[in-house]
Amino acid sequence: MKKKIKNLNLNFGPQHPAAHGVLRLILELDGEVVEKADPHIGLLHRGTEKLIENKTYMQAVPYFDRLDYVAPMNQEHAFALAIEKILNIEVPIRAQYIRVMFCEIGRILSHILNVTTQALDVGALTPSLWGFEERETLMTFYERASGSRLHANYFRAGGVHQDLPVGLENDIAKFCESFPKIINDLENLLTDNRIFKQRNVDIGIVSKEDALDYSFSGVMIRGSGIAWDLRKSQPYDCYSELEFKIPVGKNGDCYDRYLCRIEEMKESVSIIKQCLAKMEKGPIKTFDGKISPPSKKEIKQSMEALIHHFKLFTEGYRVPNDEIYTAVEAPKGEFGVYLISDGSSKPYKCKIRAPGFSHLQSMDYLIKGHMLADVPAVLGSLDIVFGEVDR
Amino acid sequence: MTNLIDLEKKINSELTTKINKTEINHNQIYVDIDKDDLIDVILFFKTNKDMKFRQLIDITAVDYPEEQQRFKIVYLLLSHELNQRMILSYHIGENEVIPSLTPVFPSANWMEREVFDMYGVNFKDHPDLRRILTDYGFEGHPLRKDFPLTGNSEVRYSEEQKKVVNEPVKLEQNYRNFDYESPWEGTKYIKELTKNEKKN
Repeated sequence: MKKKIKNLNLNFGPQHPAAHGVLRLILELDGEVVEKADPHIGLLHRGTEKLIENKTYMQAVPYFDRLDYVAPMNQEHAFALAIEKILNIEVPIRAQYIRVMFCEIGRILSHILNVTTQALDVGALTPSLWGFEERETLMTFYERASGSRLHANYFRAGGVHQDLPVGLENDIAKFCESFPKIINDLENLLTDNRIFKQRNVDIGIVSKEDALDYSFSGVMIRGSGIAWDLRKSQPYDCYSELEFKIPVGKNGDCYDRYLCRIEEMKESVSIIKQCLAKMEKGPIKTFDGKISPPSKKEIKQSMEALIHHFKLFTEGYRVPNDEIYTAVEAPKGEFGVYLISDGSSKPYKCKIRAPGFSHLQSMDYLIKGHMLADVPAVLGSLDIVFGEVDR
Repeated sequence: MTNLIDLEKKINSELTTKINKTEINHNQIYVDIDKDDLIDVILFFKTNKDMKFRQLIDITAVDYPEEQQRFKIVYLLLSHELNQRMILSYHIGENEVIPSLTPVFPSANWMEREVFDMYGVNFKDHPDLRRILTDYGFEGHPLRKDFPLTGNSEVRYSEEQKKVVNEPVKLEQNYRNFDYESPWEGTKYIKELTKNEKKN
């Protein structure tokens, strides 16, 4: 007698520790082999784009922290650059170095989280315990500069909100000395680890062609051997004055992407060091009173400053009619802001291009034919954060 | 970076009839086309040896409710080889159906689903046109300008029915929208009051 065999539908998530947030993945399984994956997203949808349309430009900045919440300032950067380009304002050099430095701190924050949780997904607990200690140190730097560990709200069009507090530069420099040792420790645990390699080598291979067709960016495209980094190819702020290398993978599998992330962390440390060395005392935001608010001291003495302060915090600054797309190299890939301004103080349209969205969309293509146990490994190496996928 | 002006010239000479307008601004090239030429134009940009716009960065729409052609559909393209970005756009009316880009770029799948979800624009020949970001069973298209910021329904767990229920939004305090744009002329309702007084 012949028995009919039916494929099994498996619901992965929305509450699953390896789903890195609220992902509902519907898997069609033939035995243990995945035939089809259908990710259901939107469980964390907050309507960010709609809310931004109803806020002034300055009020919209905090929403960017809440997209990819493991590297908040990188997102603010894209928005600030978009406004600066439309308004055509010059950012003081010290502010540029501060912004780039904090973006690199964000990159380390994000890569530590990704590398260590990926290790966690395939069975290694220790890296996350070591890595999270370093993340905590980095987040205190965020806190000392902006006042909060995660939702910084620190970048402004034309610079940053406040100058760095006394002593912070020294502490970041100290961190740059001690951190490479931690990367080495992590590498000792993982890079040659037999289990880690078995779980990641030749899993989730992306060819060059497909990386382009599926709109991949960041580590996902570099892991496949395409040397493309917006910091080099379309430099923004002071990246053109800094020296750094772009690690590129060869096979396009999960293991190469892991190696790229490790190398990128090392490069980030070197960028931070260069920023600290090149940073000089000076203004940290544009002097244009129509865009950046005056200091408290000025408000007490100058009528004009008082008026500017009042206007900036009620009406906000107006941005002339324009349409622009700006992108930055966020830790996860190309993060872009497509902004349409209509001459008022609120954006008419602000589309957020999140790298995770197009990466997650390729889940079906990546996982087809793999085993069920490879799902967390592939998902981990995509580096998904639901804040930005769902917006 | 190849020169944008040369690129603009080439586009205009090769695609003469299909291009309505080109413009260079902020180091990007803006191209305005007609809806019907979309697939041809995109294929040209993707495959032509002098273009190589191999990556589709994003698809989005912009809502202009007052205009006859309500939606502007925008395609953001990137060429790694030329290191250039292009913003391709066209206008459509509210009920028009537009061709899907999924055969050309597989990544267009979710992007088009998002435009469908957020704006209610329909795509022809899309393999799987479902809502993507909003809840199962959601009604309306949130990013349209006439959709209220607070939404139309709120969700809660009902103890009586032992399930999650959707109800119309009831707010203790209405969403307050202050008009700061021209504080010295007074807010909108004062403007309307003075207008009515003048009429009387």
